[in-house]
Amino acid sequence: MPHDPTTAGTLSDGTAETTAETTTETTITTAAEELPTLPTDRRTGCPFDPPAELTALSDEPLRRLRYVDGHTGRLVTGHAAARAVLSDPRFSARYEHLHLPMPLAGLEGVTEMSPAPVGDFLGLDAPEHTRFRRLLTGKFTVRRMRQLAERVEQFTGECLDAMEQAGPTVDLVEAFARPIPALMICELLGVPYTDRDRFQEHVATLFDQAADVAAKGEAFEAVGRLMAELVAAKRAAPTDDLLSDLTTSDLTEEELIGVGGVLLAAGLDTTANMLGLGTFALLQNPGQLAALRADPGLAEQTVEELLRYLSVADPILRSALEDVEIEGQLIKAGETVTVSVQAANRDPRKFPGPDRLDIHRKATGHLAFGHGAHQCLGQQLARVEMTVAFPALLARFPTLRLAVPPHEVPLRDRANIYGVVSLPVTWDKE
Amino acid sequence: MSDPREPLRLSADRDRCVGAGMCALTAPGVFDQDDDEGLVVVLDAAPAAEHRAAARMAVGLCPAGAVALTSAEGTGA
Ligand code: HEM
Ligand code: SF4
Repeated sequence: MPHDPTTAGTLSDGTAETTAETTTETTITTAAEELPTLPTDRRTGCPFDPPAELTALSDEPLRRLRYVDGHTGRLVTGHAAARAVLSDPRFSARYEHLHLPMPLAGLEGVTEMSPAPVGDFLGLDAPEHTRFRRLLTGKFTVRRMRQLAERVEQFTGECLDAMEQAGPTVDLVEAFARPIPALMICELLGVPYTDRDRFQEHVATLFDQAADVAAKGEAFEAVGRLMAELVAAKRAAPTDDLLSDLTTSDLTEEELIGVGGVLLAAGLDTTANMLGLGTFALLQNPGQLAALRADPGLAEQTVEELLRYLSVADPILRSALEDVEIEGQLIKAGETVTVSVQAANRDPRKFPGPDRLDIHRKATGHLAFGHGAHQCLGQQLARVEMTVAFPALLARFPTLRLAVPPHEVPLRDRANIYGVVSLPVTWDKE
Repeated sequence: MSDPREPLRLSADRDRCVGAGMCALTAPGVFDQDDDEGLVVVLDAAPAAEHRAAARMAVGLCPAGAVALTSAEGTGA
């Protein structure tokens, strides 16, 4: 991951203060000074809407943006331009090419990105990226993921049972949103039942906004150790799961452990936040909630609409490897492009009345899973999880409601994946 | 827009496919993914009228531009 935060300069209120060895200070032109930085402040207004300042910048689908190190790059807010950038191989996903449009959560001083660690193919381009992707896509097909629906139903049922016993007031994140994706990843990777609690505990620390850097570091190492143990165990005695299958591929031990870690990291926080924030959004839109309750057949399109409306994984970064023209504008080689998924998914030219949550709309074509060669590998799993979990929750608790006023729901406004920190809910006990 | 009755031919480029499964999800009778690599398989290159809208949509949704559509030529209505 990026440089040690202690070696980089500090950042405050979006003003770039780069590391000592960087001399960009003098090269920032007056024009660059006037350029906007990426708006990230969602505190005012609706918790489900993009920052108001970002919406204000969305009148132009592609514009110049100032990055934290003073780099002048681009911001894409239009749906068509976003698709064009993400599907064009002339834009690289390699971390070392990227400038950061905003400080990284928990690593506020970091202004430069290091190359992807071994096994992290999100930060690779073809053909290196293709090698990893090809080994994995067969494990994530629509058909295979649908076959997992029964397991999702089972895990969801167990979570709901536990909720019922603990209730009638619980934190939905802890009781429902976090465990379901965690159990499914364990299932997919083949984590034995006896290790799952240990696994989940460390993962919870990793994603805990309040946990300090030291605790997170420890949890990170613990997950790494568990993953290494797991890979060794699968090699010795293969079982019917993804990691066991991969032990017969040409991946090295280090790559295999890295891939396991990437699947964990990419598959947990994202789906968990969709389940948590998605439930919050449904509770705040009682008409939509009632429609879904009345017709669970709407679950699939509700999930697509929630993905569009909430766009929790945002933004996506790329860097131009050569000069590229997009929508009549020349993007120069070396420029970083920030694709604002949340803005593109609210592009009124693609989605009329974009700020309305409308489970009756056809939201397919949204970019919540990205687009192009890196489009989410786990999307079919995430879809199955959400399509099963939301209706099951609503069916089990017909009187489900927030246990606190909506403005008291703590938001992950500084995390890399957006969502709720916790979601206190309650219901009428029979 | 194109005439829904017009015959349709679909092709897929498995070298470009990234196995995201949008095609199999959107037009299940027309596209599938093989179990091994998860790459696109065209089940029905000339889908019947009722599958054409879904097939067209799948072409538009494919993140890799790996499925293409060519209306068959020379067939008058
Ligand atoms: C609702 C939940 C999810 C959301 C919103 C989401 C979102 C995304 C996005 C936007 C990308 C593209 C990143 C880029 O282009 O740079 C991505 C990639 C990825 N996702 Fe997901 N994801 C979700 C669930 C999952 C799950 C459940 C898994 C795994 C089990 C997963 C595994 C991955 C992997 C491995 C990649 C990298 C693919 C590549 O680089 O080829 N995701 N995801
Ligand atoms: S949608 Fe495109 S990339 Fe995805 S499986 Fe189908 S052909 Fe391949």
